[in-house]
Amino acid sequence: MMQILKQLPSWLVWSIYGAGGVALLTTVQWIAPGDVGLLTDGGTTGATLRWAVPIMLAGLGGLFSERAGVVNIGLEGMLILGMWFGAWGTVNFGPWAGLMIGMVGGGLGALVHAIATVTFGVDHIISGVAILVAAPGVTRFLSSEIFTGYDGGSITQSPRLDGVGRFTMPFLAGGDLGGWTSPDGLGAVRDWEIRYISDLANSLRGLLFSLSLFTIVAFMLVPVISWVLWRTRFGLRVRICGEHPQAGESQGIDIYRYKFVAVLLSGALAGFGGAFIASPELNGIYLEGSTLNRGFIGLAALIIGNYRPAGIMAGSLLFAYPLALGKRDLDGAATHSLLLVMVIALALVALFASMRGRRVDAGLAATIAVLCLFWYLAADTVPAWWIDIQPFLIVLLVLFFFSQRLRMPAANGQPYRKGE
Amino acid sequence: MTDDSLRRRIFMTLAAPVGAVLLSVVFSAIVLLIAGANPFAAYADMFEHAAKLETQVSMINRATPLYISGVAAAIGFRMNLFNIGVEGQYLLAAIFAAFVGGAVALPGVFHIGLILLVAMFVGGMWAGVAGLLYTQRGINEVISTIMLNGVALGLVAALVKEWQAKGDIAIVKVGTEPIADSGIIPNLTFIPELFGDIRNDLTGVLVIAIVVGISYHVLINRTVFGYDLRASGANPFAARAGGIPPKRMVMTAMLMSGAVGGLVGMAEIMDKGRYNPNFVGYLGFNGIAVTLLGRNHPAGIALGALLWAFLEASSNILQVTNTAPKEIADIMKGVILLSTVIGYEVVRRIRVREEAARTAARLAEVA
Repeated sequence: MMQILKQLPSWLVWSIYGAGGVALLTTVQWIAPGDVGLLTDGGTTGATLRWAVPIMLAGLGGLFSERAGVVNIGLEGMLILGMWFGAWGTVNFGPWAGLMIGMVGGGLGALVHAIATVTFGVDHIISGVAILVAAPGVTRFLSSEIFTGYDGGSITQSPRLDGVGRFTMPFLAGGDLGGWTSPDGLGAVRDWEIRYISDLANSLRGLLFSLSLFTIVAFMLVPVISWVLWRTRFGLRVRICGEHPQAGESQGIDIYRYKFVAVLLSGALAGFGGAFIASPELNGIYLEGSTLNRGFIGLAALIIGNYRPAGIMAGSLLFAYPLALGKRDLDGAATHSLLLVMVIALALVALFASMRGRRVDAGLAATIAVLCLFWYLAADTVPAWWIDIQPFLIVLLVLFFFSQRLRMPAANGQPYRKGE
Repeated sequence: MTDDSLRRRIFMTLAAPVGAVLLSVVFSAIVLLIAGANPFAAYADMFEHAAKLETQVSMINRATPLYISGVAAAIGFRMNLFNIGVEGQYLLAAIFAAFVGGAVALPGVFHIGLILLVAMFVGGMWAGVAGLLYTQRGINEVISTIMLNGVALGLVAALVKEWQAKGDIAIVKVGTEPIADSGIIPNLTFIPELFGDIRNDLTGVLVIAIVVGISYHVLINRTVFGYDLRASGANPFAARAGGIPPKRMVMTAMLMSGAVGGLVGMAEIMDKGRYNPNFVGYLGFNGIAVTLLGRNHPAGIALGALLWAFLEASSNILQVTNTAPKEIADIMKGVILLSTVIGYEVVRRIRVREEAARTAARLAEVA
């Protein structure tokens, strides 16, 4: 089974995983009592995309920086800067310019990180903490100076922001094609109401229906970044900074320059994420404290995505799904049934571990699975905080059970000095 | 060591922080000018305010938790172990301590002792999870403590609701059950009252902060464990070869760091008598900032904490006098922190270079 999977092209493998995930959710939907139809609803998958974007962009930002060997725990700060600058730019110059300005804002945070870590060789964690502490102060100051002067703005928030256009896929989801409304293919399959097939169609349709152009751009960045990092000379040089900078140096590569650029790109991506949070896709406003630790969740996605773009995307979707579901699921029945998904996943981990003779892992995974199962049976809903801590718990579990399978760039986090 | 080289060493040590403060003064002045405020008037207000006894007392009150948080981070930093998780550790510890403190009534010393013990235990255990992940699975402590912060913040939000005091509906009190007077550390207001009349209290947790500071100094500089800790930080390979068990060091340092981190929230709890939902946040990250300014030195951390407290107090007065936007204090914090860490790194490199040059000169002499 695993052998066959390994021979397939990666996009096909990911599609199989995705379909498998939907099938799992459908099964849960089937066996769980109560109305949990939201699990595979197109609205939920669409919201998942929107919730995933800032997490994914923070993760991709982290990817660029850490592939170049610079640990970036200041992503949350860059997200905050991006959110402020994005909002400011949108108010003054419209949404597209706002996005660009947001990227510049995130890039400013990254510039500080790059100067500290690359130029001066300060420890990456220390510089990251400094940015985490400084960024909220900077945006607070800017808000007090600028947003308070705007109609509808205040020291903690901006006026309401405009969004960009939307796009619906023709034929598959019934989008317009030159003024003509095409048939809604997946919508039709959804209405057949055949278990698994209609559920899959419903979920897929959510991914293609009324997408913001921002969302589309963000997801297109995944293959683009993959290509840049693994298929271009620039990408190879960035990666050598993270794997073995001395080897790169011996080839005449200016390591400082590539590290610097990679960190700047990292901030720009996080800035995009921040601007996205402020855009009407999520909040429609700059609001202090509304990044909700997405920078750290992005870091988590980077880790469970094993420092690869597609992995980061998958991780972000995995983390965004319960968050998006929780926002739509007012009676808590659907989020509650996610516990069952967790039980199944942990049971698989336990099985996998016991097959490899790792008794501690198997026992632990089985214990947690049983606890989750008890919780599932004992309660009808799950509290809101459970959804909030889920991404962090998942990454801790993944790190615990699969840390040997994760591999970060070899020279990540090590200060590099030329000629040493 | 000659007098001259000692003077030079002191100069080199102070160059970075003093330079950073000056830089931030200049930088903030430029920002204020751009914003249309008069920097001189603003700075005058800040210092005038800081000269008052009441401000000084409130500065010490603010510096106390920052100092404890700084020491917590410093214990790890001494062996290159980054406990980024003080933030989660102190919040979780504070709510558990407040809950237990509000649930029991014991004679004074025992009640206070129990609250402190619970705080240290919870803080230590939470950090211990990161220690365990590091020693058992080799998971980087920065990553695990960041993730544990996320979990802790969620848990605290849940516990605030869960442990909300029942009590009389007429007086709606938000937060955990109030702690009886026997559990509250008495304040030290009588000390500043020797110097004049004041309206605010001096926190009794200051005593804990001082004890923590002295213990930290003794632990690091006067015990075998402290030696092992510094050795592991300076050169992990040599330390290991010298028979210092690396895993046990990581575990012990994490537990200690977390236990001290658990005490960070005590000042707030003793002041309010309970854990209230808008409990002061960000003390963990600011504690790290303060440690970085103070270079992990017990006295240095205290200076850093006081500087931070001064900026926070200044921010309050600027809001009153309206000479400048009060957020300028946050900008100054950021500039000071970033330029200090850069400054220390530059100074360190100059020292290394000088030492290399000296060694080379000596060798040349011998040859």
